[in-house]
Amino acid sequence: MDKQRRKFLKIAGAAALAGISAPVVVKLTSSPALASSTGHGETPAHAAPADAHAATGHGVEEAPTGVRLGMLIDMRKLYGHPELLEKLAAVCHKVHNVPEIDGAKSEIKWLWDVPFENAFPEHSAYHASAITKENNYLVLCNQCDEPPCVRVCPTKATFKMPTTGVVAMDYHRCIGCRFCMMGCPYGARSFNWMDPRPYIKEYNADFPTRMRGVVEKCNFCSERLALGLEPACVEAVKDIGAIVFGDLNDPNSEIRRRLDQDHTIQRKPSLGTKPSVFYIV
Amino acid sequence: MIEKVLKGNSNYWMWLAFLTAFIAVGAICYLRQFLFGMYLTGMGRDLSWGLYISQFTFLVGVAAGGLMLVLPYYIHNYKIFGRLTILGEFLAISALIMCLMFIMADIGQPLRGLNMILHPTPNSMLFWDMVVLLGYLTLNVICGWVILTAERKQVKPPKWVYIFVYVSIPFAVSIHTVTAMLYCGLPGRHFWLSAITAPRFLASAFAAGPALIVIACLIMKRVAHFDAGKEAINKLTTIIMYAAIINAFFVCLEFFVGYYSNIPGHKYALQYLFFGLEHNGHVYNNLVPFMWSSTLLCFGGLGLFAYMKISKVNTDLLVGIGCAMIFIALWLDKGLGFVMGGLAVNPLHEIVEYYPTANEIGITLGIWATGLLLVTVLYKIAVGVEHEVEA
Repeated sequence: MDKQRRKFLKIAGAAALAGISAPVVVKLTSSPALASSTGHGETPAHAAPADAHAATGHGVEEAPTGVRLGMLIDMRKLYGHPELLEKLAAVCHKVHNVPEIDGAKSEIKWLWDVPFENAFPEHSAYHASAITKENNYLVLCNQCDEPPCVRVCPTKATFKMPTTGVVAMDYHRCIGCRFCMMGCPYGARSFNWMDPRPYIKEYNADFPTRMRGVVEKCNFCSERLALGLEPACVEAVKDIGAIVFGDLNDPNSEIRRRLDQDHTIQRKPSLGTKPSVFYIV
Repeated sequence: MIEKVLKGNSNYWMWLAFLTAFIAVGAICYLRQFLFGMYLTGMGRDLSWGLYISQFTFLVGVAAGGLMLVLPYYIHNYKIFGRLTILGEFLAISALIMCLMFIMADIGQPLRGLNMILHPTPNSMLFWDMVVLLGYLTLNVICGWVILTAERKQVKPPKWVYIFVYVSIPFAVSIHTVTAMLYCGLPGRHFWLSAITAPRFLASAFAAGPALIVIACLIMKRVAHFDAGKEAINKLTTIIMYAAIINAFFVCLEFFVGYYSNIPGHKYALQYLFFGLEHNGHVYNNLVPFMWSSTLLCFGGLGLFAYMKISKVNTDLLVGIGCAMIFIALWLDKGLGFVMGGLAVNPLHEIVEYYPTANEIGITLGIWATGLLLVTVLYKIAVGVEHEVEA
């Protein structure tokens, strides 16, 4: 009796397991990558990704999908104009209610300028030209295509927006662990060490203020893009065309046209983060 | 068994009162931080992790260190550690609770802590760290309590608990491995971006944890008539020696890679920690004395142990001093140097030094005192049961 019951339970268990896993097995084998029975070369679309994979690392990039917003900063137009760099930071910080807290310890920055060797530590600054030495370079969140900050966030409070490729923040979900600040190799993120509201000089009602204990950074002016406006910094230097903004995945966009024209560099490209901010220096 | 906590001599109560004073100060400091914000700490935009996270990292190691007692006893049937495994498990419980407290002290929005569970994110190592830490805590509570209860009733522990004991062994390794992965998977943090980080953490954990247990045993021998046995202590010091030597070896390998490859990113942190980093005419070197103290204490402790083994001199005092030296050396190395050293050069290649504030140190001491209080209370129970069985 006991033996029979054990046998029955075994069979029932195995059957239940098979029943549960059947859909998974069906799903797995139906995908072209795993199914060996589909035959090779029938659908050229399936063959393409394999080729692209083999070639990555030698300049051939996989076929882009969707929108990936990017920025091209033409530093040549900003050389000798430290007041423009200051204006850009001021505009950005005003639009986004970024508090003005003195001192490097607790300050919050979305867009700011630093010397070449700080912005591009992987590029040589040895015997740099006078222009390189004398000018500061704009730095901001690179809105990476492979963002380490998103990878490390334990609550998905920072995430890549599927529609634009922008790395966004949910200030209401952030627990303030600051792991994203550790992950970011560009120092683009700031933490609200204190209540930021008393330090906001001019309050902009169109953008939310933040609370103490959360991380923030440049958001490529997603709130302005939603209204059909350009990012505040792009608009601020529109007259000299120092910053070009657009879809990196659209071969006909202005930014792609400009990227085709000139040699550009990115910050710390060797880390594989695929920054979406480009510089002409 | 809990009633044993409530019976003790005046020294016991004095010690608890002493710890409670620190806990009270820590609680007030934390209240200040909770109400006014984390600008009360020495952390800032560039050095955004500090004392809390480094203590957390070190204490995960202390928790994992209990493995060096559990593994020989349960896997290799090394009977001499029979009376000590419970101490390893109870130390792990206290260390893990300290870890969780340090994490809570470190996050900017502690009331949102549950977001880690409400929005589980498998790609984040912090999520996995929470999983393994809570898992290891649960395993130790189950194993420790069930085995101690069985001992009290003088019966064999139930068979099912051995499943948890065996599972706890890989878990002990995993807690420190995943904690190392918090650091070693970050692009652009060259000092941490080293595959040897996890093995190095484990090596230092397997020295620091047992060292603390030996010190606790020596203290309890004097104040609670609990004798772990000479052979057990001897074997533990051998384990501590090997683990500390392996840790030192790993540190030397880091030096080789940094200095022989001559890649600045790999050298900066070591240079900052051991020699001071010069930048624009200013030398940044506030951790240099700590790191050299760590080096001297580590080799001093190893030398002392070696002397004791060779000359067969074996006094409790010397063993205690040796263990304390190794423990402090590893605390300076991992509880201070590892985190601060890795952050001294920020992503924009500016150099920033870290000075913890009084408030921050108050919280840190408060959490350490809480942990020590927990250890005291748990060991009191363990030793009480031991005496009860003997009587």
